[in-house]
Amino acid sequence: MTALTIAGLTLREAFRRRVVWALLVLTVALLALSGWGFSRLIGLDTELGTMTSGEARLVASVLLNLIMFGFSLIAAIGTAFLAGPTVAGEVESGQALAILARPVRRSAVLLGKWLGLVTFGGGYVVLAGLAQLLVVRVAVGYWPPSPAAGLALLAAQTVVLLTLALLLSSVISPMASGIVAVGLFGATWVAGVVGGIGGALGNDGVERVGTVSRIVLPTDGLWRGAMNAFQDPFALAQMGPGEGGFPFLSEGPLAPAYLIWAALWIAVIWGLTALSFQRRDI
Amino acid sequence: MGSADAATVRGVTSDVTTASTAAGLDALPPSAAVWCSGLHKRYGRRTAVDDVSFSVARGEVLGLLGPNGAGKTSVIKMLLGLVRPDAGEVLLLGRRSTDPRSRAAVGYLPELFRYQPWLTPTEVLDLHVKLAKVDVPAVERRECLALVGLTERSGDRVGGFSKGMQQRLGLAVALVARPELVVLDEPTSALDPIGRVDVRDLVLALKSRGVAVLLNSHLIGEVERVCDRVVILDQGRVAASGTLAELLGQREVRLRLDGVDGQAEDRLRAAGSTTRSGDWFTVQLTADDDGVTVPDLVRDLVGRGVRVHAVEPVRISLEERLLGILRHDEPEASLR
Repeated sequence: MTALTIAGLTLREAFRRRVVWALLVLTVALLALSGWGFSRLIGLDTELGTMTSGEARLVASVLLNLIMFGFSLIAAIGTAFLAGPTVAGEVESGQALAILARPVRRSAVLLGKWLGLVTFGGGYVVLAGLAQLLVVRVAVGYWPPSPAAGLALLAAQTVVLLTLALLLSSVISPMASGIVAVGLFGATWVAGVVGGIGGALGNDGVERVGTVSRIVLPTDGLWRGAMNAFQDPFALAQMGPGEGGFPFLSEGPLAPAYLIWAALWIAVIWGLTALSFQRRDI
Repeated sequence: MGSADAATVRGVTSDVTTASTAAGLDALPPSAAVWCSGLHKRYGRRTAVDDVSFSVARGEVLGLLGPNGAGKTSVIKMLLGLVRPDAGEVLLLGRRSTDPRSRAAVGYLPELFRYQPWLTPTEVLDLHVKLAKVDVPAVERRECLALVGLTERSGDRVGGFSKGMQQRLGLAVALVARPELVVLDEPTSALDPIGRVDVRDLVLALKSRGVAVLLNSHLIGEVERVCDRVVILDQGRVAASGTLAELLGQREVRLRLDGVDGQAEDRLRAAGSTTRSGDWFTVQLTADDDGVTVPDLVRDLVGRGVRVHAVEPVRISLEERLLGILRHDEPEASLR
């Protein structure tokens, strides 16, 4: 009950503070631009001649992943900077005093904040992503093999990052927590790309960099799963050998074990945050 | 532990044991609004609160006084479960403060008052009523806003409010969920003189309704007017506590005399410790004075040929008493 009240309050904050409207404007602009770009793909004159609709679909599938990465980046930065100030900032400003002096458990307040942020971040990624899929379908007639799974994985990636930002904000200052969370997100993505190149070159040591970073922070692993769900299954085959190094194509779907690990990771980080919040002097 | 405290603890155990025993315990007097014992808190190497114990009875107004950094706000936060004490126990309305339900009927205005700037006062009250899990009709919430003078601004965003208006909103938040205990931490720090009088009337109204109030304030006059009892904190410890009558019980009498010789001075000193300033003699009367000291003194002085021009009773204000208590500790503190 308390958790739902606080979740509602968090969502209301996002609307009242115009976070939603700013994101909406940004997203509509991105959708319009991508729609225009995709529509120009068919009949595009390249050095090799005019692109066929099949080739256009292949390029569209790669470009789709690129744009989806843009959305996940917007969601990541948005939620990380929203999650940081939401707990630590309220404690600093004194807003938390009146709330926590009510007959509420701190863990319930934290759960409410988290649920609100998950709804906001996850909701944004799913809606903006779905809109983008429809734009691509209308422009070039491409529809990804498993859109629902892809969008769910993209939302899961956002949840991982905001859970991390929430933990960081209970240890370091709100602003720093946003920066560190986004920084780690970027670093893991780069490590994933490096690992991919290592795999393509057959270098086990370099490949391990990507694997380890994907375990430590599951954002990149989930992102690769999402890409795999969005891309044309023939794209990889057409790209030829050495494709593993390409950052906007994924070699295979996610293993169920990895999904379980990601869920466990979120639970552990959430538990640590709750423990730290419980012990904190307000 | 006194018998009243023992009753408090028994009242507490009834909350955690089975409901079947509750009926038999109804006959017990209600537990204290606040009961705390042996509170300790250290921040790093600095001891902020050191062995603080006191209680607030139901319907009683207790003033918490002391200089800056005496630990008043830390004590209040420990009572409300916002700060974890290093040692000590707290019971709020008969429940341990580690149980969130102990705060079900507690209203709190923090020293650092800040409310969601993107909400309106009406929405802030709605939120707190929901969190308190109390069913308060909308009419009552509006009355609460009217009580603190915010009716006309009830639809505006809190973000545009002045500090004084935010503090008024804080008072409404503390009062909205039908509290049995109200904790006010510096409730008039941002208010104008009219606002201060409003708060005073508000505290007196709460008292008349049987609501216990814990009031932390720098304004001694405010405390003196509304409080039944006072706890004075200094350097994290209870320096003095008691009813106003107990604390201010010490009285003085000023006499303007002429023709005072050594014998007359001895007689003055026999009545109480005496200070002299020109013709004026100030005699501190003992607390157990039964009302005959002054007439007897005047009679004896006249008998010794002293001419008595004036005899004036002097009442010690709470401010003087507070300063006396705090300054008394100073030489000791400087030795450390």
